Amino acid sequence: MLKIWSMKKNEDAAAKKKPKTSAAQIRVQKDLTELDLPSTMQTTFADPADLLNFELKITPDEGMYKGGAFSFSFNIGPNYPHEPPKVKCIPKIYHPNVDLEGNVCLNILREDWKPVLNLNSVMVGLQYLFLEPNADDPLNKEAAEELRRNRDQFLYNVKNSMRGGNIKNEHYDRVTNQ
Amino acid sequence: MNGNSTSSDWDGRYFHVDQILDKPGPRTDPSFLAGDGVKDFLRNQCKILVIGAGGLGCEILANLALSGFKDIHVIDMDTIDISNLNRQFLFRQKDVGKPKATVAAEFIMNRVPGVQVTPYYGKIQDKDEDYYMQFNLVVCGLDSVEARRWINATLVNMVDPENPESLKPLIDGGTEGFKGQARVILPTVSSCYECSLDMLNKPTAFPICTIANTPRLPEHCIEWASVLEWPRVFGDKKLDTDDPEHIGWLFNHALKRAKEFKIEGVTWSLTQGVVKNIIPAIASTNAIIAASCCNEAFKIATSSAAYLNNYFMLIGTDGVYSYTFEHEQRKDCPVCGGESLDISIKKDWTVERLIEMLVEKQDIQIKKPSLSTPTKQIYLQAPPQLEQATRPNLEKKVSELVEDGGDITVTAASLPFNLSLRIKYI
Repeated sequence: MLKIWSMKKNEDAAAKKKPKTSAAQIRVQKDLTELDLPSTMQTTFADPADLLNFELKITPDEGMYKGGAFSFSFNIGPNYPHEPPKVKCIPKIYHPNVDLEGNVCLNILREDWKPVLNLNSVMVGLQYLFLEPNADDPLNKEAAEELRRNRDQFLYNVKNSMRGGNIKNEHYDRVTNQ
Repeated sequence: MNGNSTSSDWDGRYFHVDQILDKPGPRTDPSFLAGDGVKDFLRNQCKILVIGAGGLGCEILANLALSGFKDIHVIDMDTIDISNLNRQFLFRQKDVGKPKATVAAEFIMNRVPGVQVTPYYGKIQDKDEDYYMQFNLVVCGLDSVEARRWINATLVNMVDPENPESLKPLIDGGTEGFKGQARVILPTVSSCYECSLDMLNKPTAFPICTIANTPRLPEHCIEWASVLEWPRVFGDKKLDTDDPEHIGWLFNHALKRAKEFKIEGVTWSLTQGVVKNIIPAIASTNAIIAASCCNEAFKIATSSAAYLNNYFMLIGTDGVYSYTFEHEQRKDCPVCGGESLDISIKKDWTVERLIEMLVEKQDIQIKKPSLSTPTKQIYLQAPPQLEQATRPNLEKKVSELVEDGGDITVTAASLPFNLSLRIKYI
């Protein structure tokens, strides 16, 4: 058998035993404790001992969604960061890039996810959707169409939906920030 | 007893292999014990573990048995499916439904006299360090990233500086269609599986808005059914990709959508392929990669020739291209990188006192450390809610939270990845 141990002698720093904390767990701890969030974003943990499931509340202080509070659920799987976190919008909102089931169209949550990205990048990406809703990648086609066609009407619809109103027979949840 | 004479070894059985083992060559390692010494080790002492008894696993088991390994263990959690039979040549039609590990072990033992193959039908996670400690070498033929990360982390964690036997070389093979890779991982000495995690191709994912609005491919329709339609209709009910009823539902809905958008090509097997992320397996790619893995296992077990350092990749999609290079160990690898420190503290030290000590330590330059054990958080600096929830621990004694010899994982913005502390009480 190859004498691997002899190669090891000069590498004592790496030779120490490491704890059985999973790589995903360490990575999540690192991501969370180094979050650099503006005052417009806040995390809430239903169970503070469970770092893998939590909510993020975004309260935009500018743009068309100013005055609203939008909660997202985060679910991090054991294969993080090889796989992205699963993120859903909890309330039903009127937004071109969020569908009525809460699916979010954000490239880094799917096709452009890379392990070098982290939870902070995802959160910043989500906030950006509220500052710059994007009519080119629609999940709510009606909303995207409105944004493209008539920006003033779109803005009116946003405000109306945030107060818990109906748009085109669809009821939206009240999300105004108290 | 030497390596030439067990009851089932007939004259000349190992004639060809012995050409390599009977005399050293110009490039053999100085520790190579030509002759009976190395043969005895290979045939009577060496215990090797094969993880996975599928496409690669069948090839690996056959190769190892035929090159003279005699004590082989194999783990696989799957049963045999009819679609395996075209390439997993240790299985026959009558074996469909039986555990792969058991059937593979029996087949090898019947076919190659004198080889003991011990099967385990179950998950690698069922076994603990004591189990993995009994082997000299581990060869993996897996299809899952998750299982590879687990066995890699387990073998890295097992390395005990006091015990040379605790370092188990890991030979990892993988294939995807015409592409494949074989690598040798010497835990803590060379780059580990986690070090190269960012080299992996991510599973194909389509932008969700394309799936929702502008499907052009049959795959878009299938993804629409599984990603958007399933949760909309069934809520939290989990999609079981092994349940034919679930696949049937997805297939029907994907087909309907495909018709609506005039897209052709949605079939049952494509549906299964997309949701299970199946890439067609090529028998000959498996053969090449398994052969490479077993050559390395043989060379490492016998020291008879230089071994792979440390990453071999094969790309057969555009002609034949192969490349071998040394993947470097990452300093900030969460499994094998980072720093590790033995720390001795008094039994009455509080968590706060320990953190002060870490911050004051000149040699590690740590600011705002967050601490946890493998099972619970001790103190997290952020976000605010978690800081508040863990703050009461600051006044607790470390010894209430961590046992003697226990580990603490420390992360901080100033550390490239993490630091692990082994706590001893004085």
